[in-house]
Amino acid sequence: MKPAIVISARDNVATALDALDAGRVLQLDTATVTVVEPIPRGHKIALRAIRAGDEVIKYGSAIGTATMDIAPGAHVHTHNVASDRGRGDRAQDARVAAPRLAEPPEEGP
Amino acid sequence: MSEQRFLGYRRPDGRVGVRNHLLVVPTVICASVVAERVAAAVPPRGAALPHLAGCGQLGPDLHITHETLAAYCGHPNVGAVLVIALGCEQVVAQYLAESARRAGKPAEIVAIQSEGGTVRATARATEIAKRLVAALERDEREPLDIASLILCVKCGGSDYTSGLAANPALGRVADRLVDFGGTAVLGEIAEIMGAEHLLAARATSPDTGAQLIQIISRVEGEARALGLDIRGTQPSPGNIRGGLTTIEEKSLGATHKGGERTPLSDVVPYSGRITRRGLTVMDTPGLDVESVTGMVGGGAQVVVFTTGLGTPTGNPIAPVIKITGNARTAVTMADNLDLDVSGILDDRETLDAAGDRLFAEVIDVCSGKLTATERLGHKEFAIHRRNPTI
Repeated sequence: MKPAIVISARDNVATALDALDAGRVLQLDTATVTVVEPIPRGHKIALRAIRAGDEVIKYGSAIGTATMDIAPGAHVHTHNVASDRGRGDRAQDARVAAPRLAEPPEEGP
Repeated sequence: MSEQRFLGYRRPDGRVGVRNHLLVVPTVICASVVAERVAAAVPPRGAALPHLAGCGQLGPDLHITHETLAAYCGHPNVGAVLVIALGCEQVVAQYLAESARRAGKPAEIVAIQSEGGTVRATARATEIAKRLVAALERDEREPLDIASLILCVKCGGSDYTSGLAANPALGRVADRLVDFGGTAVLGEIAEIMGAEHLLAARATSPDTGAQLIQIISRVEGEARALGLDIRGTQPSPGNIRGGLTTIEEKSLGATHKGGERTPLSDVVPYSGRITRRGLTVMDTPGLDVESVTGMVGGGAQVVVFTTGLGTPTGNPIAPVIKITGNARTAVTMADNLDLDVSGILDDRETLDAAGDRLFAEVIDVCSGKLTATERLGHKEFAIHRRNPTI
């Protein structure tokens, strides 16, 4: 079984098909990347450096925006990516504080 | 392409069914218990539609209740209809019976108040139900063209395997059914958000593409008007544990199940009749049972429901085929599943082979093979509500 899958050549993340330990080297279709932190099965790993504000791309389309710099091989999830859709909390007339799913850690990976 | 057939029921109005139920439909919540008892007295054809609505409703909400119940009465998986009324409710029993008769099927009404209470109404309705079911037993299946099938494509309890395995396998089935002249219907507007550009690009007319974009904007606008963040519900906590980060990611994985090349031929309201071949998008919420209830109301005779984490829900009149791409779920939730396509992810099976296997399963189920939901008695039904009860 492949350790991780890249769906589209445009993608800057891969999906782990098994839990991945730090230090493991993945040779994938579009990139070779060294895992820098544990990645749970089914979660995403950065294939290259993603800057804060960059689009995170899977299935060849944007799945959200990086909220901090993400290193190649790092875990990509709610702590460092935010959705750009259905965000009533960003509207000027927002009256209700939106719940946060995850607080970003103080320092990036 | 040559015709492919299944064994189904031809209805007088030209539609075709894959089941032959007696629908026992309460007009209002107050009649739901009697309807359930009557349906339970005539298994397995008896199918009740217990619901929480039918009174205290205004405007669009009452309209949705009426139209959804009427759509089930006219549905081709239903051979006869028995309406259980109370007597003082808003939903009109005669309207429901008429929608069954217009489709050429027998329909009768028993009202609890005029019959003299629960005991008498249940006895009288059970007697009628037995007579209607005896007539249904004489109906026979015949070979019919699969071009008449409307396949509801649905996912729920999604995880990373949904977008990588089960949904693309289902997409293969949608593509193939549409190639044969059939129809697929996709709902859950919030779960198209972020992938609408892919569907709009396949719209058969600029109007249809614009309609899709418009209803997605409406859902985003509703969140904006409340000052709420859709992240509070999408993706769900289980989705996030499973590795899904944003609604865009969930949507991109979810829309695969509508096929890769199916033309987007129509956009319809909740429970609205599906009439154009190709892919229809229905305006439904993301809640599984409300969503499937609406798409079956629109005319889907069969549902394929992909799940990563495993989920049990079915429908009162349409078989729901459950498939998973998660090898662990295939074991832990085996009771609730019909097909395991987890081999796609560890190279035991190709996507095309899994699609072929699922297509064959759809044909078998439409021809009478029971699904896990049917064997386990999962008959969940919930009408979408847009307004408060008054």
